[in-house]
Amino acid sequence: MDLSVSLGSLRLVNPLIAASGCFGYGVEYADVVDLSLLGGVAVKGLFLSEREGHPPPRIVETPAGMLNAIGLQGIGVHRFVREKLPELRDRRAVVFVNICGTTIDEYCEIARILSDHDGVAAIELNISCPNIKQGGITFGCSLTGTHDVVSAVRKVTSLPVIPKLTPNVTDVSSFARAAAEAGADAVSLVNTFLAMAIDVHTRRPKLTNIVGGLSGPAIRPIAVRMVYECRQAVKIPIIGMGGIATADDVLEFMIAGATAVQIGTANFVDPFLWRKVLDDLRSYMAAHHLETLATLTGSLDTSRQATAWISS
Amino acid sequence: MPIDIDAAVISNTRLSHDYSVLALAAPEIASLAEPGQFVMIKPSRGVDPLLRRPFSIFEILRDSGGTPTGISLLNKRIGIGTSLLYDAAPGNHLGCLGPLGRPFEPVTPPAEAWMVAGGVGLAPFVTLAEALRSTGTSARLFYGARTASELTHVELFEGLNVEPVLATEDGSRGAHGYVTAPLEAALSTTPRSTDVRVYACGPTPMMRAVAKLAGAYGRRCDVSLEQVMGCGLGGCYSCVVLTRTAGGPPHFVRSCIDGPVFDATQILWDALAH
Repeated sequence: MDLSVSLGSLRLVNPLIAASGCFGYGVEYADVVDLSLLGGVAVKGLFLSEREGHPPPRIVETPAGMLNAIGLQGIGVHRFVREKLPELRDRRAVVFVNICGTTIDEYCEIARILSDHDGVAAIELNISCPNIKQGGITFGCSLTGTHDVVSAVRKVTSLPVIPKLTPNVTDVSSFARAAAEAGADAVSLVNTFLAMAIDVHTRRPKLTNIVGGLSGPAIRPIAVRMVYECRQAVKIPIIGMGGIATADDVLEFMIAGATAVQIGTANFVDPFLWRKVLDDLRSYMAAHHLETLATLTGSLDTSRQATAWISS
Repeated sequence: MPIDIDAAVISNTRLSHDYSVLALAAPEIASLAEPGQFVMIKPSRGVDPLLRRPFSIFEILRDSGGTPTGISLLNKRIGIGTSLLYDAAPGNHLGCLGPLGRPFEPVTPPAEAWMVAGGVGLAPFVTLAEALRSTGTSARLFYGARTASELTHVELFEGLNVEPVLATEDGSRGAHGYVTAPLEAALSTTPRSTDVRVYACGPTPMMRAVAKLAGAYGRRCDVSLEQVMGCGLGGCYSCVVLTRTAGGPPHFVRSCIDGPVFDATQILWDALAH
């Protein structure tokens, strides 16, 4: 049984990637899961320098989901390559480094630094974090911004470049197209949905940052639809995410058009889920006589929908 | 290394209309746990509520031969998750991940240990009291609550050779007022030559007041903080606490892996009391 998938030249042992912002720098989870068993590990978003992020409360639960406004607290790229990358390399993790900048130059500088170090498999461009005021999502909410940051980073690194798209736009697929035209090797989607929760007794926002990003099962059907739309728009591989917690969820995203997936919020609830999901994927493959999981990608059958009205 | 088990509820003893003690069959976690560590509990199987909740390990349950069989949790009903746990019935199963976090460092004789608990903040002190008893460390429990019925498990501590010093806000048991008053009285009358370590857990204003008093009398104070937590493993960065750094600006650290126990002088209390 072959669970491997390919993101351009990058081959993953299976389609499961730990989502950025939900898995620390990966090393925090080394006691819980063998990192080399995962398709990949997307580490917490990195700026050039250290950042403290927002004051707590940084998360709040909502029905079947959670809002977060962490504000990209992080150790910066220099400390990352010094303090975290060697252990990730030793543990044979396939490392997707999520990077964020306030300017295109900052993205390029981080990408250059990462390109000089062994153990980085790909660069995920964070142009979609809803919780910071400057940079990031400013690029991700403008077609020219997306194009410009992707093509600039593309020029300074030979590593795969994967912009992570925001769902907080009218038409995500046009952003996938802009990224593909600028030379992206793949796109990942979706980041969180900008959202808000209020304590009615105090009339105060439940998050210090007032607004935050919604993740978890609540967003899954919207994310599946967006992956499906992007599949129609671009040829490059799509990494799908949004509320994935089970093998069925993984399969749903793959059938909609994802080559690989990321699991985020569900890892908070069950950090041991990885092995379970892989086992369940194998059971599905056995039940459906599938030798190669990758053949599922984009295999959505809409023929019945097309004929339903005609035949009635 | 933490483990995750599907723990059966052995019993759920209601202490009042909002407090209960939940006993869980969790032998592996019970045998690994150190004083003051916590577990992440999934209060229901579904996705609402979605996340686990952190709970101090209250008691280590043992069979007649002394072998650890499980843990108990001191639960106070305040939200959706804690209400589900208040209503949990024997035979129910709960996801239980742990043990987690930096434990208390128990002092040894001749030093004395003074535990200061407010309400449900009693939770991490049974395991500490057991560790202190095993080394024969002299221990006191300064224990405050709103009213007498909320001062539970006093006899459990007495059984562990801990001297209780009680206070209630309504004066129904012990000193009338906050627990910080008898604590200050004790601090002011204890000779400097007696080495005392203060351990505190409870509402943030209480811990802050205890930390201030301990500092004023030159005593080290360790606090066990309770922050909103997403994962308990350092993955989400939601449970952060602003701490002092040597020569640098204040820094947010994760209370799940760098705490929940902190030296109180590290904490920027103004930032915590938002």
